[in-house]
Amino acid sequence: MANKITVSDNKPNGPVAAALLAGGIGSGLFGLIVLLSEVSESFGTALNWYNPVGPLSGKSILGVGIFFIAWLVLHSMWKDKEVNFDGISTASLVLLAIGLLGTFPPVWHLLGGG
Amino acid sequence: MEMTGREIWTTIHGMVFGFIFLLGFSGALYAVYAMRPEWLTAEGMKRTINLTKTFVWGLALSAWGAVITGTYIVYPWYRARPPEGTTDLTTFPRSFLLADESIAGWHEFGMEWKEHVAFLAPIAATVVAFIVSYYGPTLARKVGERRAVMIFFIVSFAAAAVAGLFGAFITKAAPVR
Repeated sequence: MANKITVSDNKPNGPVAAALLAGGIGSGLFGLIVLLSEVSESFGTALNWYNPVGPLSGKSILGVGIFFIAWLVLHSMWKDKEVNFDGISTASLVLLAIGLLGTFPPVWHLLGGG
Repeated sequence: MEMTGREIWTTIHGMVFGFIFLLGFSGALYAVYAMRPEWLTAEGMKRTINLTKTFVWGLALSAWGAVITGTYIVYPWYRARPPEGTTDLTTFPRSFLLADESIAGWHEFGMEWKEHVAFLAPIAATVVAFIVSYYGPTLARKVGERRAVMIFFIVSFAAAAVAGLFGAFITKAAPVR
């Protein structure tokens, strides 16, 4: 068992940083897309990709798509690498916070949307 | 004791997928928190991590299940526009709420927040599940990574909790029938 842990210790942190940053990018851009769609009526209308769901269809497909594409790209770049985890972790948490703010209706109202 | 098809889907969305996620969160968070070399033996760590991997992937799948069924099955019933001249709006929850100023806030604030913030839950939970699976027992020795995992997990829970709470309130004010 001790051997197993030692072997795992050698794993590069790149894939973890890639997942974390992709989560941040997906969340942050989703928040910005939501915010923009609430502030700009034309942008909101353009996101109506599936009528029964309305603009939420475009927002959700874009947000989730961005997350998985960002993950794929970052993973392929960092899969064998050691990266600056602290910096990436901080950036991911900031992006996650942007996602939370962008999905909060009072923030839209502050910017004239909603 | 009868349920319509819409009520069954609403139940699957909230009381199956959503409930599993919200109920399982605290156990999974504690499992990640308790992954400390000084607290667990190597054998204990191995058993804990195997269970935790299954647990967090199950929670991530539940979160995806909740947002997909919520957005693409239940939400269209919620937001459907009533035909011209309809006076009984009880089967059109969004219009029903907006027609009465005293309850319109459930849509204008509650539903608007819920339908968007909910998407952060499965994204963050998937990141958590991947990191726990990737590192396995080694996560116990990765202080920064474990902290980031816990923050992502807490945000995931908070987003799901907002969605679940407003889902319950809105269903009480204007159920999908």
